[in-house]
Amino acid sequence: MTAAVSILPSQQLAALNATYRKAVARKRLRLTLSAAIFFAALVIAGVGAEVNFRTFFTHFFNFISYFDRILTLENGARVWTDLGEWFWGFRKWLRFLGETILISYVGTLIGAVFAFAANFLAAENASPAPWLRFVVRRLLEFARTVPGIVFALIFVIAFGLGPMAGVLALAIHSTGALGKQFSEIVENADMKPVEGVRSTGAGWLSCMRFAVLPQVIAGYASYALLRFEINVREASVMGFVGAGGIGQELIVAIRKFYYSDVSAILVMIVLTVFCIDIGTGWLRGRLFGEEART
Amino acid sequence: MSRVPAPDRRELRARHPQIFDRPVSARLATPAVTLLAFGIFSFGLVDLDFSPTRLLSGVHQLGWITLMMMPPDPGSSLPLYLKALGETLSIALLGTTLAAIAALPVSLLAARNIVRSNLVRFPVRRFLDSIRGVDTLIWALVWINVVGLGPFAGVLAIAVSDFGAFGKLFSEAIEGADRKQVEGVRASGGNALHEIRFGLMPQVLPVIAGQVLYFIESNTRSATIIGIVGAGGIGLQLAEQIRVLEWQKVSFLILMILIAVAAIDWISSKLRFAIIGRRAVT
Repeated sequence: MTAAVSILPSQQLAALNATYRKAVARKRLRLTLSAAIFFAALVIAGVGAEVNFRTFFTHFFNFISYFDRILTLENGARVWTDLGEWFWGFRKWLRFLGETILISYVGTLIGAVFAFAANFLAAENASPAPWLRFVVRRLLEFARTVPGIVFALIFVIAFGLGPMAGVLALAIHSTGALGKQFSEIVENADMKPVEGVRSTGAGWLSCMRFAVLPQVIAGYASYALLRFEINVREASVMGFVGAGGIGQELIVAIRKFYYSDVSAILVMIVLTVFCIDIGTGWLRGRLFGEEART
Repeated sequence: MSRVPAPDRRELRARHPQIFDRPVSARLATPAVTLLAFGIFSFGLVDLDFSPTRLLSGVHQLGWITLMMMPPDPGSSLPLYLKALGETLSIALLGTTLAAIAALPVSLLAARNIVRSNLVRFPVRRFLDSIRGVDTLIWALVWINVVGLGPFAGVLAIAVSDFGAFGKLFSEAIEGADRKQVEGVRASGGNALHEIRFGLMPQVLPVIAGQVLYFIESNTRSATIIGIVGAGGIGLQLAEQIRVLEWQKVSFLILMILIAVAAIDWISSKLRFAIIGRRAVT
């Protein structure tokens, strides 16, 4: 099939082409400029971070061979040929992993409770007073922005070495993160039930309990589970600063070059994180399923 | 005022059996779960050596520490701290960029609409998952063993751990892309690479750019902590000052981190807005 392609008169075409070229040229200029700025920033950052490609390339082989070394037992055999020898400290590590999970569980729960207490005060539509909202929001922001491990460092000095410091550090960080997410859910909640409850003469507390809470509780549980999952990862390194969990064993193994131990502990951590991921994913699916059903 | 007629309970019960006569299992579920959660919680408290006396004395100590933090004061090491902060920002920027560049081709392999075969996609996905399962701090320790102490190890640590996250996020963005434009490119005679370059990338790049910016922001936070294990940046100074109990310097450093993170937050939200436009908002 042939179709006549209509071609505009050349004058009109030239004008259109010129406009098109101008538009494209401006866009290209903008792109080139931003790319140039970005590269300049990268170069400055490269100097600032002491990037040295020579060390990188001379030592890159080390990175590969590091994985080779951590997968080799002391007698030179590959680790998977002798599982008993590879996981010689299985019982001990399992106990530390249990401690890690317990740390993140307790930390998440404490954080969730505090976030629950704070989030209605921080939400735009539910807060009883603007100044209170401002104060609570700034507090949550502070708890969220300071990394958990910095809190852990300080708490180790205040509360002494051990899992307690890790739990409290995770709890504070979770309060900040969950408080923000919870209050965002509340801000998205439907306000008509609140009006309904208020019209019966109920106070602020009853409004929250009977009008807002039923709408948001599933979302809360979902976010708390997600936070638990993140906290398990976080708790696995709390031991680096002496705040309990499997991190203690790992940093000792890395620092003292117990190569096969490093890989064994890493494998256990990754597997645990997988299981927790899958478990919480399943639980969240059930929670959201229930919500969808009603 | 007329009185509201008293509700006929029996009739109400009959009309709403799902509210009044729930099965025992449904009625017991909430208390059972609460009890279980609380049981694990109290077991945890005991197992992790919580005791009221320890808590009290710790809070007492913490009060002292907070008092001693006031007012924040860098002493004579302000230039050093500023340099460390610059190092931290550099680590975040470089690490994220490296990770994004490396993750883009791999994410194509993990996307369902690019690679149809499960045989390729599944191992790639598990590989990315296991990289993500290991914390940035652990990667930092590994890289310190390889390239030595210093910020370069931090850059590589951030790059590797973000590589896992980006691979997953990018592949999800690619899977969410519209199929029609790819088909259009194929209809006009483009090959597979053309399809990706002209059909997919224009849709996916703004999403990816937004995610990269978000990660630069969150990596500023991660970059502050990898210094604690010796991978450069402001975390190194922070950990040192905490260890020698120089609380005024500690509070100053924390303040610096807060301000830097807030500034990066602000800049990246502006940039994200410029790149993605109003689509992100509506």
